[in-house]
Amino acid sequence: MKTLKKLSAVFAFFALTSAGWGAPLDAFKGLEGKLDIAGGTAHIPVMTQAARDIMTFNPKIRITVAGGGSGVGVKQVGEGLAQIGNTGRPLKPAEVEKFGLKTFPFAIDGVALAVHPANPVKALTKEQVVAIYTGKITDWKELSGIPGAIDVYGREDGSGTRETFQGKLMGKTEQMPSVNTVNSNGAMKTAIAQDARAIGYVGIGHLDSTIAGVAIDGHVPSQENAAKGEYPVVRDLFMNTKGEPTGLTAAFIDYIYSEPGAKIIEKSGYIPLPKPAK
Amino acid sequence: MNSRHNGPLALRALALTVSALLGTVSSFIILSGAEAILRGHDLALLGAVWNPAARQFGILTMIQASLVLSLSSLCVGFCVSLGCCCMLNGLAPHVVAKVLMGALTLMTAIPTVVYGFAAVFLLVPLIRGALGGTGFCWLAAGLLLALQGVPTMTFIMHGAVRSIASETRFTAAALGVTPRQHLSCIVLPLSNRAMLQAAILGLGRAVGDALLPTMLAGNAIRFAHSPLDSVRTLTAHISLVLSSDIGGGEHFSLLLAGALLLAFCAVVSLTARRLTRR
Repeated sequence: MKTLKKLSAVFAFFALTSAGWGAPLDAFKGLEGKLDIAGGTAHIPVMTQAARDIMTFNPKIRITVAGGGSGVGVKQVGEGLAQIGNTGRPLKPAEVEKFGLKTFPFAIDGVALAVHPANPVKALTKEQVVAIYTGKITDWKELSGIPGAIDVYGREDGSGTRETFQGKLMGKTEQMPSVNTVNSNGAMKTAIAQDARAIGYVGIGHLDSTIAGVAIDGHVPSQENAAKGEYPVVRDLFMNTKGEPTGLTAAFIDYIYSEPGAKIIEKSGYIPLPKPAK
Repeated sequence: MNSRHNGPLALRALALTVSALLGTVSSFIILSGAEAILRGHDLALLGAVWNPAARQFGILTMIQASLVLSLSSLCVGFCVSLGCCCMLNGLAPHVVAKVLMGALTLMTAIPTVVYGFAAVFLLVPLIRGALGGTGFCWLAAGLLLALQGVPTMTFIMHGAVRSIASETRFTAAALGVTPRQHLSCIVLPLSNRAMLQAAILGLGRAVGDALLPTMLAGNAIRFAHSPLDSVRTLTAHISLVLSSDIGGGEHFSLLLAGALLLAFCAVVSLTARRLTRR
């Protein structure tokens, strides 16, 4: 009797969870074919997870996800080589006109500068950040912190987080080659949390009590400020299609905007955006 | 023909398949490396400057880092392994040798990532506190690579030393040679082949390991001058760039890095064969 109860509880649990996940995926029932996605590297974790969920639900659908950067995304979707071209920037009017593209912003990617919680320096100007990453400021005492060499951490080439950091804070200035490089937001957090003299940057979703966010020109990094537009080191992530999306492409985009889609976006460290009204 | 040398048909087929697979993989890697050199001749692939914005993708700093890191870790690891091997073969009391043997066996079962993770939290802060710098450096990665290689090298040495020792023990004793003299003057010189084999294997593992350098060496793109410098090895470079799937110069640098690693290991092992044959 007891085991029966337990068993039925387990069945009920599975039934509930599968129903919860199944509903947005139902759109893919009966669909088949191939969907190619290319473009921005920051999008890749979201796209691949969504693709994995969809392909597990319906193995007749094949979805490929490639990087290449925003420029490649626009070009591939414009020339019909991919059905969805991702960009980490809004489309230029010339691009919209030339290819007849339709754009879908789906997430906000914010990047926060971070230091060890014990570091008294909790605010910097944009110029100071550039000076740190180019080696012009090398000691915390120059920033009225605790004297000691600044341990500078950065991300690898091609990282979307680095792209945003570079684009919004460094501009055209290249970072010095002696920056310590880590290959994930998690590794960055570990490095900063361990090192009282560290400075680095993470996706805003990764800020927690182990590291302290640094305000830039007075703007405190947080999910709320990023969503409200009060924090400058952010960008929107876009999916772009040639003309109005149909079939599998439309279903994929709707899935990204669904509740499981939003969960994937949050898990990747971004802030989900609602589907734009037509 | 005599089946004693050829073995059963199934085994021969297996051996042939494996050799063919290895050959395919090797030629693929070498060919891609050659392609990178030919098609990327304007990308300064073998230069010392890595600056994708200026289309310079030099991996010379990484070649140097791979060499100094693997050779230094081999020096440390080889000496420790030799010591362990001597301890196992009569230099230490029986109980100690037994415990050491158990510890080494246990070490082979620990995944590399555990070593790396433990070092990030224990060794890196220790180096940072005691010697300065960020702690993510040549020294940290070198020590861990050495530690990781010790069990394998020790077991290879131990196997040869034990069999030679048992062959020569009574003769040596009859000649009035003490056990210590026996080990140092007869057994160790006689097992030079195994020593070389151990060193080659150790070097191959040290130069080929990607995880420990990525986690511990800091990955800054510059020549290593001191053990406290943050350096990026070829393997770490591959794992850092591969995660972001970008084409062009970065991609070519990866192919070249892979080909160089393979060529290096091949040259080392062929030289060793030559040396042991004479």
